[in-house]
Amino acid sequence: MYDLVTGPLAWLAFSVFFIGICVRVIWYIRGLDWKLDRVTYTVNVSYGIRGALRSIFFWLFPFGTRSWRNNPFLTLLVFAFHIGILVTPVFLLAHNVLLMERWGFRFWSMPEGASDFLTILVLVSAVFLVLRRIALPEVRIITTAYDYLLLLIAVMPFVTGLAAHYQWGSYDSWLIWHILSGEVMLVAIPFTKLSHFVGFFLSRAQLGMDFGVKRGGMKGRGLVW
Amino acid sequence: MPEGTLCNKLPINTKEELLTLLADKSGKKYYEEMNSLEVNVPALKALLDKTCKSRTRTWLEICSHCGMCADSCFFYLANHKDPRQVPSYKIQTTLGEMVRKNGNVDNAFMQMVMDTAWGKCTCCNRCGMYCPFGIDMGVMFSYLRGICFSQGFVPWEMKIGSGMHRVYRAQMDVTSEDWVDTCEWMAEENEEDWPGLQIPVDKENADIIYTVNAREPKHYPEDVAHAAILFHLAGENWTVPSQGWEETSLAMFAGDWEGCRLQVQGVYDAMERLKPKRMVVTECGHAYRATVIEGPYWAGLKSGKTPVPSFHYVEWVAEALRTGKLKIDPSKKIKEPVTYQDSCNYIRNAGLKDCAREIMSYIAEDFREMLPNKEHNFCCGGGGGLNGIGRYREQRNIGLKVKRDQILATGAKLVITPCHNCWDAIRDMEEVYHIGIRWSFLKPLLLQMVVVPDHLKPEE
Repeated sequence: MYDLVTGPLAWLAFSVFFIGICVRVIWYIRGLDWKLDRVTYTVNVSYGIRGALRSIFFWLFPFGTRSWRNNPFLTLLVFAFHIGILVTPVFLLAHNVLLMERWGFRFWSMPEGASDFLTILVLVSAVFLVLRRIALPEVRIITTAYDYLLLLIAVMPFVTGLAAHYQWGSYDSWLIWHILSGEVMLVAIPFTKLSHFVGFFLSRAQLGMDFGVKRGGMKGRGLVW
Repeated sequence: MPEGTLCNKLPINTKEELLTLLADKSGKKYYEEMNSLEVNVPALKALLDKTCKSRTRTWLEICSHCGMCADSCFFYLANHKDPRQVPSYKIQTTLGEMVRKNGNVDNAFMQMVMDTAWGKCTCCNRCGMYCPFGIDMGVMFSYLRGICFSQGFVPWEMKIGSGMHRVYRAQMDVTSEDWVDTCEWMAEENEEDWPGLQIPVDKENADIIYTVNAREPKHYPEDVAHAAILFHLAGENWTVPSQGWEETSLAMFAGDWEGCRLQVQGVYDAMERLKPKRMVVTECGHAYRATVIEGPYWAGLKSGKTPVPSFHYVEWVAEALRTGKLKIDPSKKIKEPVTYQDSCNYIRNAGLKDCAREIMSYIAEDFREMLPNKEHNFCCGGGGGLNGIGRYREQRNIGLKVKRDQILATGAKLVITPCHNCWDAIRDMEEVYHIGIRWSFLKPLLLQMVVVPDHLKPEE
């Protein structure tokens, strides 16, 4: 089983992930239409790029935009959650040991205490994100089972990883579940809302270009996000 | 396929059709007929296939349902945070559902969509600024209005408005002759007080071609006179076109994209014909949005720009004050607290916030900003055509509360509103809520405080 999930299934998952997000990006860009979207993507390009970068940049920082500042609690949750999800798997010691073993290279890895902390941070933020969905009427009304499923897909690798690391019960089976759940997440990214992995940048860039080229970016000092 | 005689999928293209529709008071029969209007599902599917592309589909798909858009929407705030007013909810239950069902929707659904697209959204685009993914639900609602229009599910007044543009190339029944007559009348009426005052029609190679909102010649001709006097005092070489003089677009509010194209094409033709150096449009937000910001795309201009550089009236006023073409008598500056209504269409969606502040620095001693302001300002409550739709009057009046409270918080009793829609909404707000405020365009205020050079004064 271990050989299966770390062999063919891993290859499959990573392939689907990489090809899937490439297809996403290509499909998105090819689907942009200057006349329908009413943005001259290929004219006034410098204004477009400036608008796109501003639009991405300010939103990448906690409290970088008015909307983040208006929602401080959610902002902390969202950033803690995403930083944990993105940083932990790449710089985890165990992953890098594996990487070295298999492919002969590795990234810097963080101390185990830090990865434990980030993992707990992901799980705690996820709990609060769920509570927020239940507690706030304006979020509850737009929440569907699908939203919970995605959250589950995103946190399962962390739950199982933590369980494997601390060897709660059988290490071997937790490890299998951990790898499987990671593969599920990778495969889910291109096919679900998790595609905001690239969609965030594409969509932000598009609206940034809209404001940068058409909606005022060529007059005045640009939009204050 | 059942189609009403008044409520159907065909746009209004003749004066007769327009009169027939107008004769149906408040759209009584029109809305009755709408109850049996059939949805043309194949056409709807085809339209979605052709026009709902990656940007919109991605917006609909990646929405994380986080609810951060909720507080950005004045309708949500004005309705005691009713979750059904959350922008994400509104778009997901309408356009989102339509796309998920690939157009397989029925009459009741389409009426719900119409009531949402016009009665719960003014396309102010504020939510787009507050979404982490940059999902602009105002843009989607505007797109959705186009879908509704193509299926005949459009509020009565919007259908009339679109028809007006198609028949008269104006939002009201003002013909070219009416317009030119009004210009001549206003010039004559004021020439005694303002010697040498002219409203030059169709003058070629002028520095400025001035265009208006049809409401001005129709209901407020003095506004045309005020504009003429201010150009006269500033020494501008200007003209108005006999055709292509109207910049507004109820067709845009209606989602009648072909009507939009026809309308702006007339204005662009006037630019090509008269070859002015630049165009200035009156104090109207959506006119500027339609003709200057969106119009080039409807007309297929690949540069995304109008044939000649185009300016909103506030840009011209700011420039005239800055360069000294217009001088303000310091003793006549506005002394009382005064606030400024940032119009969504030329501030948030066109970046002219600094012009407004610059003007206020010249004319007001106690300028009070609303909070939030500039591109973050709330819609007046009547944008996107909502002011004009009887069916949603109650929703509109509820929505006005946010602007009302913003104005009250400034302590100012005078609101400067260089936008027809904002001006209307704030006038109606006073009628509904009696908060003791006054509202004004810039032109009449400027006329009271501008220095008249000696050589332009009437002989005693």
